[in-house]
Amino acid sequence: MSKKIWIIAEQRENNLKKVSFELLSKAQELAQKLDGELNAVLIGNNVSNLTAPLGHYGAQKVFLLEHPLLENYSTDGYLKVLYELIKEHNPDIILTGATTNGKDFMPALAAKLNVGLASEVIDMELDANNELIFKRPIYAGKSIIKVICTDSPKMATVRPNVLNLLPKDENRPAEVIKVNVQLSESDIRTKIKEVLKIVGATIDLTEADVIISGGRGVKGGEYFETLKELAGLLSGTIGASRAAVDAGWISHAFQVGQTGKVVSPNLYVACGMSGSIQHQAGMSSSKCIVGINKDPDAPIFKISDYGIVGDLFKIVPEIIEQVKKMKS
Amino acid sequence: MNIIVCMKQTPDTETLIRLKDDKTDINREGVNYIINPYDEFSIEEAIRIKEKFGEGNVTLISIGNNVTEQLRKGIAMGADNAISIWDDSIEVWDSSIIAKILAKAIGQIPFDIVFCGRQAIDDDASQVGARVAALLNIPQVCVINKLEIADDKKTAVAHRMIEGGTEVLETSLPALFTSQKGLNEPRYPTISAIMKSKKKEIKNMSLADLGLNQNDVDKSAAKLKMTDMDLPLKRQAGKIIEMSDNAVETLVKLLKEEAKVI
Repeated sequence: MSKKIWIIAEQRENNLKKVSFELLSKAQELAQKLDGELNAVLIGNNVSNLTAPLGHYGAQKVFLLEHPLLENYSTDGYLKVLYELIKEHNPDIILTGATTNGKDFMPALAAKLNVGLASEVIDMELDANNELIFKRPIYAGKSIIKVICTDSPKMATVRPNVLNLLPKDENRPAEVIKVNVQLSESDIRTKIKEVLKIVGATIDLTEADVIISGGRGVKGGEYFETLKELAGLLSGTIGASRAAVDAGWISHAFQVGQTGKVVSPNLYVACGMSGSIQHQAGMSSSKCIVGINKDPDAPIFKISDYGIVGDLFKIVPEIIEQVKKMKS
Repeated sequence: MNIIVCMKQTPDTETLIRLKDDKTDINREGVNYIINPYDEFSIEEAIRIKEKFGEGNVTLISIGNNVTEQLRKGIAMGADNAISIWDDSIEVWDSSIIAKILAKAIGQIPFDIVFCGRQAIDDDASQVGARVAALLNIPQVCVINKLEIADDKKTAVAHRMIEGGTEVLETSLPALFTSQKGLNEPRYPTISAIMKSKKKEIKNMSLADLGLNQNDVDKSAAKLKMTDMDLPLKRQAGKIIEMSDNAVETLVKLLKEEAKVI
């Protein structure tokens, strides 16, 4: 029997997360090798407009689960509808993004299904016996392990920004299967009272292609405005070291590292930070790292693709000027 | 208020990770152990809730071969009781097994709140909290950095960090919360509290006490199988651009033409 591979897509405020497309891209390859079927699950309220893009990235069928109580994410709501859908269709593989929501419902779902879950996966491959091997970091990336799930469905949460995105094909349609969702208010035991947005956080760190990050060397919260200007020019966002967060210069939401976020952007510019082992745990999988520090012995230079030893207060404004010049 | 804190002993964040020759585990020689930092936030929060209401009981539960020192530290911070669970057959790498054991232990104690860390800094799985909540069939709010328990102790409001913001959620109690940095600043125990904690009895529980058998918790019961362990490829240091009049120009050019990232 052919294998059923499921991607649980993620949307917030009617925008699909990039990681959903990254997962479909990788899963196309798995489906091909396993001669399997690739389907997506889409959960929300009035989100049927998002089924087409899932098809463009390779989903053959999209299970559409719409309900007013699914307008916002809730652990209980997602658990109930997903558990019932899985029990009905028995997929062999279930993948979703290692996002705040993915990491919230997937372990609970795995517990209810009494199966294993590989979390924070950075790559996956089929071995010679078509066993699905998940690669994931432990000890904050200081070691990498390979794991297999012993039971079906095999489940994993995969980090955003680590899998290659294949080009989309806008002529590829997906068959939409509208699922009859049964949900009542009493099923959801947590209620959202409000959502406090972080001002200026347009792109999440984990999904950003460019991160301009500041450490102790930026000497105060004001300088993050300058870093933000550079980030804006490169369509990226800002990040920070623990030292900058602990000093109260910037919110913990921007912290990169072992006790912050793990990121893998195309470009990570580390401004005025030593590059502690804990910070490296959060950013060393970036594709290109630039270190700017006045101390030539700073550990950040050992992992930087490019480094400039010097005064960041001179260098960063100059980068801004050069990028502006390049763009004009 | 009965509050349970699940606690794990982990290697210090400074630990230099080396592998055993057979690549089945890290080389634990000389490794310094600490309370998983996220669990420390849990312990502190539990004690603060107890202090706020002027009543309650904080119980620490830890699975591990020799977790006495960390449990005593939690007692010195202000926890009332500590339970240590161990059997040599336990496959500690498997989140489903750990969650199963914890849920069995928690099920034997009356509770209003269960705390877990948002993740343990060794296996980085971020699974046990949500799995325990599912097994106990109680609501979960994960990755919280603020918690307020209502005066009637029947509900709680928690702040949960999400991408680009914070979700403010209300939940009925009992519930499980996983702690994130920012929840509080864990206290340092006083010397006299540390001395006193040494006399405190730590309750040891066996698999039989939990109604479990070895084949419920050993390798054969594991839902994840590790097939390989390795060190990551080391990043090579790249080009250092000498500070000169056109250093930045060179850098931007390299980023555009060589690295192709801007």
